[in-house]
Amino acid sequence: MSDARLISLTVNGETREAMVEPRKLLADVLREDFGLTGTHVGCEHGVCGACTVLIDDQPARACLTYAVQMEGHEITTIESVGGIGLSPLQQAMHEEHGLQCGFCTPGIVMTFEAFLRDTPDPTEEEVRDVLSGNLCRCTGYQNIVAAVMKAAAAMREVRS
Amino acid sequence: MKPASFDYHRPQTLEAALGLLAHYGDKAKPIAGGQSLGPMLNMRLARPEHLIDLNDLVELDFIRVSEGALEIGAMTRHQRVATAPEVRRAHPLLAAAASTIGHYAIRQRGTLGGSLVHADPAAQMPLIAVLGGAKIVVRGLSGQREIDAVDFFRSVMTVDIRHGEMVTSVRFPHLPANSGWAFELFSRRRGDFAIVAVAVTLLLDRDHRLASLEMAFGGVGSVPLRLDVSAVAEAGAIPTEKWIAGVSAFAAQSISPEDTASIPAVFRREVAASLMEKTLAAALARARGETA
Repeated sequence: MSDARLISLTVNGETREAMVEPRKLLADVLREDFGLTGTHVGCEHGVCGACTVLIDDQPARACLTYAVQMEGHEITTIESVGGIGLSPLQQAMHEEHGLQCGFCTPGIVMTFEAFLRDTPDPTEEEVRDVLSGNLCRCTGYQNIVAAVMKAAAAMREVRS
Repeated sequence: MKPASFDYHRPQTLEAALGLLAHYGDKAKPIAGGQSLGPMLNMRLARPEHLIDLNDLVELDFIRVSEGALEIGAMTRHQRVATAPEVRRAHPLLAAAASTIGHYAIRQRGTLGGSLVHADPAAQMPLIAVLGGAKIVVRGLSGQREIDAVDFFRSVMTVDIRHGEMVTSVRFPHLPANSGWAFELFSRRRGDFAIVAVAVTLLLDRDHRLASLEMAFGGVGSVPLRLDVSAVAEAGAIPTEKWIAGVSAFAAQSISPEDTASIPAVFRREVAASLMEKTLAAALARARGETA
């Protein structure tokens, strides 16, 4: 039995502290200790993608990361996306019916916020390849692909 | 699914990491990207008392191109291997194979060294290492060893790493500039481990006759399998479609897959044959300059 220790994490730009055992998943610390329940927990072994957050701006599974490992790194969760309104990607997901129950949606949004930042003009094939890392049991994916393509176009428009 | 309790160590230098490994021995597991070990910990298939986090060892995250070899540090993430211009130039097959590992988010964390020591028989990096005659560099407190990839993989998830050692880098010989190469895998869902994976490199002479050929399978046995094709692929052969079919049939006959719960051996052999045809055709097209 390894004792709980005090850790300090940077989440969405804020420093937060928690007493955690080293084995505690980042996803569970976000939800249980920090009350950031937008990060969802599905399979807990890296397959479903529901818990995807950004670690130092890159998408990663919060269920394959122990919170203690994240001291000194920057975590970004779905709570930071958008502001007063929806982000262009969230807006496109809404317009294209890219979600139904919404369980998988935070993971998908975090994955593609990062992907579209690095790949502003993706092909549909690239989008499908990236989307393969997030399971959705409602939509059949077609609408999510349409939403991501629409969001990419909208974000290019804003930049130009 | 939550892991069993462990003590956590976060060494700041390679020397400190090796010291911890030597001290705790079998009670410790080093963790790199955690994309394979994480699930095993969460499912309690692995229950180390000590977890040694290698993620601060930035000296193991590098890509170095020297004469003849491409050396990549063990902590280099798959996404970097897949996209780095120097890898795409020196070893485009390695970059192409890395771009198919898991999913986008998995590739941001997973590492070359982690994939090699995990040694899943169907994984991409062990296959490319074995096909290309890579050397695995391992370090312990008492020194460094270099192991031929073909000797490094002993069995399913079993490699030639001794007490207190860890992989620090891998040296891949450059692919000759005019090589034909291709990598293909078959899986039921994108991002799954392959049912069969195939990698091919070849050279053609000026008359587009075969000069050399290397081929290897992943997923058909306990370790990646490099094939001896000397019986069917003599230098000077004209690689026609019929030749491709013959070599592929030979390749599929030279493996001995076993029945598993979900995949009958006969199916795996059929996949191996058709995947080899596709891969050979793609490699030949590259060697002839028909595709990039």
